[in-house]
Amino acid sequence: MPHDGHDFTEPPPDPALRVKALESLLIEKGLIDPSALDVLIDTYEHKVGPRNGARVVARAWVDDDFRAAIKEDCSAVIKREFGFEGRQGEHIVAVENTPDVHNVVVCTLCSCYPWTVLGLPPVWYKSAPYRSRVVQDPRGVLSEFGTEIPETQEIRVWDSTSEMRYLVIPERPAGTDGWSEEQLANLVTRNSMVGVEPAKAPAEVSQ
Amino acid sequence: MNGPHDLGGQHGLGAVDPEAESEEPVFHAPWERRAFAVTLATGFLGQWNIDESRYARERQHPVNYLRNSYYENWLSGLETLLVEKGMITAEELENGKADGSAGRFEAPDADGAMKILSRGGPTSMDDNLAPGFAPGDKVRVVNDHPLAHTRAPRYIRGRVGTIDRQHGVHVFADANAKGDGRGEHLYSVRFEAHELWGPSAAGRDAVYVDLWEPHLEQP
Repeated sequence: MPHDGHDFTEPPPDPALRVKALESLLIEKGLIDPSALDVLIDTYEHKVGPRNGARVVARAWVDDDFRAAIKEDCSAVIKREFGFEGRQGEHIVAVENTPDVHNVVVCTLCSCYPWTVLGLPPVWYKSAPYRSRVVQDPRGVLSEFGTEIPETQEIRVWDSTSEMRYLVIPERPAGTDGWSEEQLANLVTRNSMVGVEPAKAPAEVSQ
Repeated sequence: MNGPHDLGGQHGLGAVDPEAESEEPVFHAPWERRAFAVTLATGFLGQWNIDESRYARERQHPVNYLRNSYYENWLSGLETLLVEKGMITAEELENGKADGSAGRFEAPDADGAMKILSRGGPTSMDDNLAPGFAPGDKVRVVNDHPLAHTRAPRYIRGRVGTIDRQHGVHVFADANAKGDGRGEHLYSVRFEAHELWGPSAAGRDAVYVDLWEPHLEQP
């Protein structure tokens, strides 16, 4: 049982036992269907993830019209072009990194994240250290990812306090002229689309 | 509420210490899968909205909120909502045994769940409400500390920013957490780092926060 608040001397209950008990209670009550649980887990463990977002970014790198369109209405365009739609991706805003501006995304109040293009958020994104610090000290936080932003580049931190979801379009790496969308997509990491790292350099992937 | 979830600008919580992207699994334990899916599936019954579910997690004692892992906070919020909405009783939760069927609910099966996922839950509304602010306008965040749910974090209250863009009319989260699904204009507001954190902040950096019209006033 959850504590109401005042006795912290007992160890917290084992979450595995707690969720098992709750799941069987809810099945017994007719409130959940086990087949729905299986398909939800499979969807986010195997189907919806950052490879979706990588395809969007790669297209944006090769197609100026597409890039302009997703900066206007990202959710509608990626639904039409890729079929990416649904929960936690209803209102996506694409923000583009340039030599002058570096964008990074957070949700200080909870864990809002663009599921349809990135899947479920990593642990660090949901953690108290990231959520507390990146709004005040984005340069320090990015350096913990090995990312150093030059003083000449402005950092824009996007705090996801509404149902708008932010997707960073990282800068296209140098040395990729003539690459196909598929090749380019291999350079696009989850972290680059949250804005804590750049996209990979060509030397980091085997072609 | 000024709860433990409102973390922006808090200190002393440690280094980020990210797991390498190539090595991080989607779930870190089998029970996390179940907690995730049970939370989504019960949400599909439509008995609460996303703001009510956030508020349920935020209302935990701060010690628990900060000590819990992420999906433990989900579980805690879910247990609170299930009891508050009368879908299970506190006794059933305590004993893990059903005292009769919940009756009136029709739990979606796999196909039903996928349809609900694809449909999503857009919060934009068709509304003729005139916006009170336009891009470029200076605004101050109302210095308010409601005891209930709000999406205006503490670190921007009373601070002056600039409207960057209008997102149109969206369901107003603060009211929605009380079951009032009315719409208000939503804006992205830019705050210069030095306005939020003082003169030591990097001069050219900024934070963008989405805020609804009732959060904002003329400076």
